Amino acid sequence: MIHCFKLGGINIVLDVNSGSVHKVDDVAYDAISMFEISSKEEIVCSLKSKYEGLTDEDANELFSEIEGLKQCNKLFSPDKVASVAAGRQVGSLKAMCMNVAHVCNMECSYCFAGRGAYGAGEGLMSLEVGKRAIDFLVEHSDGRKNLDVDFFGGEPLLNFEVVKDIVKYARTIEQGSGKKFRFTLTTNGLLIDEDVIDFAHREIHNVVLSLDGRPETNDMHRKSPEGMGSYDLILPKLQKMVSERRGKGYYIRGTITSKNLDFVNDILHVADLGFAEISFEPVVAKDEEPYSLRMDDLPKLSGQYEALAVEMLKRRKEGRGFSFYHFNIDLTGGPCVHKRIAGCGVAAEYVAVTPSGSLYPCHQFVGDEQFELGDIWRGITNGALRDEIGKWNIYSREECAGCWAKMYCAGGCAANAYNDCGFVGGVYALGCEIFKKRLECAIMMKVAEA
Amino acid sequence: MNRIVTMETRDLSSLTDGGCGECQTSCQSACKTSCGVANQQCEHHDANSER
Repeated sequence: MIHCFKLGGINIVLDVNSGSVHKVDDVAYDAISMFEISSKEEIVCSLKSKYEGLTDEDANELFSEIEGLKQCNKLFSPDKVASVAAGRQVGSLKAMCMNVAHVCNMECSYCFAGRGAYGAGEGLMSLEVGKRAIDFLVEHSDGRKNLDVDFFGGEPLLNFEVVKDIVKYARTIEQGSGKKFRFTLTTNGLLIDEDVIDFAHREIHNVVLSLDGRPETNDMHRKSPEGMGSYDLILPKLQKMVSERRGKGYYIRGTITSKNLDFVNDILHVADLGFAEISFEPVVAKDEEPYSLRMDDLPKLSGQYEALAVEMLKRRKEGRGFSFYHFNIDLTGGPCVHKRIAGCGVAAEYVAVTPSGSLYPCHQFVGDEQFELGDIWRGITNGALRDEIGKWNIYSREECAGCWAKMYCAGGCAANAYNDCGFVGGVYALGCEIFKKRLECAIMMKVAEA
Repeated sequence: MNRIVTMETRDLSSLTDGGCGECQTSCQSACKTSCGVANQQCEHHDANSER
């Protein structure tokens, strides 16, 4: 399988199964596009009629080049990963989203967590629950060394003392358990102070800081409980936090809704504020919400991603570049097949734990009782649910098996699929198209800068 | 005439052992609402060196 596309004035051919990427001229682009669906004679005839001056010798030379790449499995290569997926065993736990606070100090209109409470009562995780959650993760992570824990909510800094004590506890058991914890923190930033900054610098691998870009965009959705916009309150705190990360990871995370379809202006605003690590995500919302994204928005969204890629290349040349999470791609490395097949490992390798200790497949399923897997004391008591969700991969999802982007997308988000089509084994069609456009942009940027 | 320039890439078809699975869980790194892995880094060497 191949995928041919033109972007930023560059013709690109991706060989899906090998991951090979080729920059080609117009003649080669047409020839490769037709290679497996037309005879050599038909292709040569087509090329000669389109490209004046193209000789038989030119065409033969091009065919030899294509055949050579095919023989060394860089074009039209066979799929060798499907057999790995067929023999895939659902792995042990590796990651936990720890919802330490089902309460929030903001009332963002688009919050999928229902203002932090996930449709249930508000609550804070106790240290006892937090320590048991860490133990549960260790006990169910056979064969793993690196364990990922994200402090999430609600607003996790509303339970900061417990966060600190959970980290302290986890560090004390690292050596004895043979594990290494990597903590992340997702926060709206309101409660950032010197103590938080110092703690995050010492213990938090990555902080995810919410800001939606321009003041008017941010304040449209991200409000205090009194209805006040949060931009002016949060910005100086985020800037201070980032300035003192001193090389440690962070992302400014914004949200794209139908109200900021010109989201490149929001991303560039964030970049112009001095932030260099930026991630903007399409909103997760039901169709009836006025800010939800719809398939009709795709042309505008695609155009924005393309414009962003071009602008980022320009800024990098000018020495004022920044990173956009979804345009980061490691073509010479990247994750192993385990990850490429099944992504986040929802329900099987990745779970979310609530303040009361209940387990869910991930944070996006929290609060929906039909998705409760068990709890941190009794363990996974709904193994059938875990297996049902955990079994899906890029080959078992019908829509993914024939998709050119599957080795980079990993099958998409089960929660997004469920929210969109009511089935965790389905796909979120708009999300798929957005992902493919972002991937094209990411590959184009790599080729442009090679 | 060189009409095709091939970029340096990792041969995905060679990854038939599945890998070590130690790389960061994608959803945890920035997005929390999607799970693409294109931007994840391999930690195979780190994991081995720390064992």
